[in-house]
Amino acid sequence: MSRRRVVVTGLGCLSPLGNDVASTWSGILAGKSGASRIEKFDTEKFTTNFACMVKGFDPAQYINPKDTKKMDGFIQYGYAAAKEAIRDSGIEATESNAHRIGLAIGAGIGGLDTIERNHDALNKSGPRRVSPFFVPSAIINMIAGYLSIDYGFKGPNIAITTACTTGTHNIGYAGRTIAYGDADVMVAGGAEMASTPLGIAGFGAARALSTRNDDPGRASRPWDQDRDGFVLGDGAGVLVLEEYEHAKARGATIYAELTGFGMSGDAYHMTSPPETGAGACASMRNAVLDAKLNPLDVNYINAHGTSTPAGDKAETQAAKSLYGADADKIVMSSTKSMIGHLLGAAGAVEAIFSVLAIRDQVAPPTINLDNPSEGCDLDYVPHTAREMPIQHALSNSFGFGGTNGTLIFSKV
Amino acid sequence: MSNIEDRVKKIVCEQLGAKEEDVTAKASFVDDLGADSLDTVNLVMALEEEFETEIPDEESEKLGTVQDAIDYINAHLG
Repeated sequence: MSRRRVVVTGLGCLSPLGNDVASTWSGILAGKSGASRIEKFDTEKFTTNFACMVKGFDPAQYINPKDTKKMDGFIQYGYAAAKEAIRDSGIEATESNAHRIGLAIGAGIGGLDTIERNHDALNKSGPRRVSPFFVPSAIINMIAGYLSIDYGFKGPNIAITTACTTGTHNIGYAGRTIAYGDADVMVAGGAEMASTPLGIAGFGAARALSTRNDDPGRASRPWDQDRDGFVLGDGAGVLVLEEYEHAKARGATIYAELTGFGMSGDAYHMTSPPETGAGACASMRNAVLDAKLNPLDVNYINAHGTSTPAGDKAETQAAKSLYGADADKIVMSSTKSMIGHLLGAAGAVEAIFSVLAIRDQVAPPTINLDNPSEGCDLDYVPHTAREMPIQHALSNSFGFGGTNGTLIFSKV
Repeated sequence: MSNIEDRVKKIVCEQLGAKEEDVTAKASFVDDLGADSLDTVNLVMALEEEFETEIPDEESEKLGTVQDAIDYINAHLG
């Protein structure tokens, strides 16, 4: 039996460059940075005082005000992005199809802001001041939970949590769920809002963040010799995935096909990849095999590319290992140079960029790449977007714990 | 007296996302204002904060309507 085909029929996102797909994508193609100084708490004692945050978000546009205060920011972001994607796809639950529509939306960290606030209340005023909504507003699967309640989607309801690979794994898993026959439609992606005191302090303590406090817009600079860590980003990305015949039958707009999904584990270190990029390479290879392609068929790679010294080099090495003698044909850029690292949402918004790269036949740029560092010698589409034929686009995500995921989208 | 009534109603509106005209003295939190069990706990917490008091669980369980809450606050803060 041949495998059921899975296509993308809806997109939604909330990012440091805009509160919908259109404004985000135009910011990406224009090479804008979404980084700015953190004003919502006092960062004086923090080693990093900037991040890529969502701006001007009004939850009342998306969510019943009564429910807003029961949702951490990451849930609000995920909900808003999903709402855009569902509207874009035109999918609606009916009595007959509701159990065939599911959700797979995760987060890397979850309700950090809510955890901090309730812990403060506990310490200051005791257990009676901890909100009855604390747990449901902090736990990761509540985006999928709320959406299922509000839209009546009764199919698989899940939230995979794999650090910075969360978005990619949820989309890949959702695709498999449709291919296997468990659902006809899956709303999939990731969300995050970790720009809180604990989030900034924690990643700062791990020496993972850029400390270029005097110039936030130039801090995320993947593969550049002056890169010094990633820039934390907030936001959410959600895709509506659908079985191909199902999408065709209802006349849905088909953006692209999800043709490949690969995974692997580094078996190496808590936070660092091996220099060879072996785990990353295995993940990419598995995705290429799943899509029944050769590496050379992939025209564009949306890299994990976080702007950390070790990660950027390892991913370059991984791509070189995959392409072998054809490494000079790789076109690989990092949109994190513009939106920062959205952790559990990263793979989801980057999947959207990969889909739009296919739709518009344009590779997004890597901004701030002024002087590629030693060992980083691929074509990273520096500074400006590039129009080019893109039949297949690959998107990588790698997370703490050594968890890797790769998606391949193809032109239909 | 009316001050306490207004303050209770304001808290109920805020916490349950209810419209002012629906928050009458007779209104039941669950049946008329759509509160679930978590909303009710949260509402009691908000009242405790507003009136700087502590409402024991066995008392809070009896607060079914807006008037119940007003009466309780009046009796215990009066």
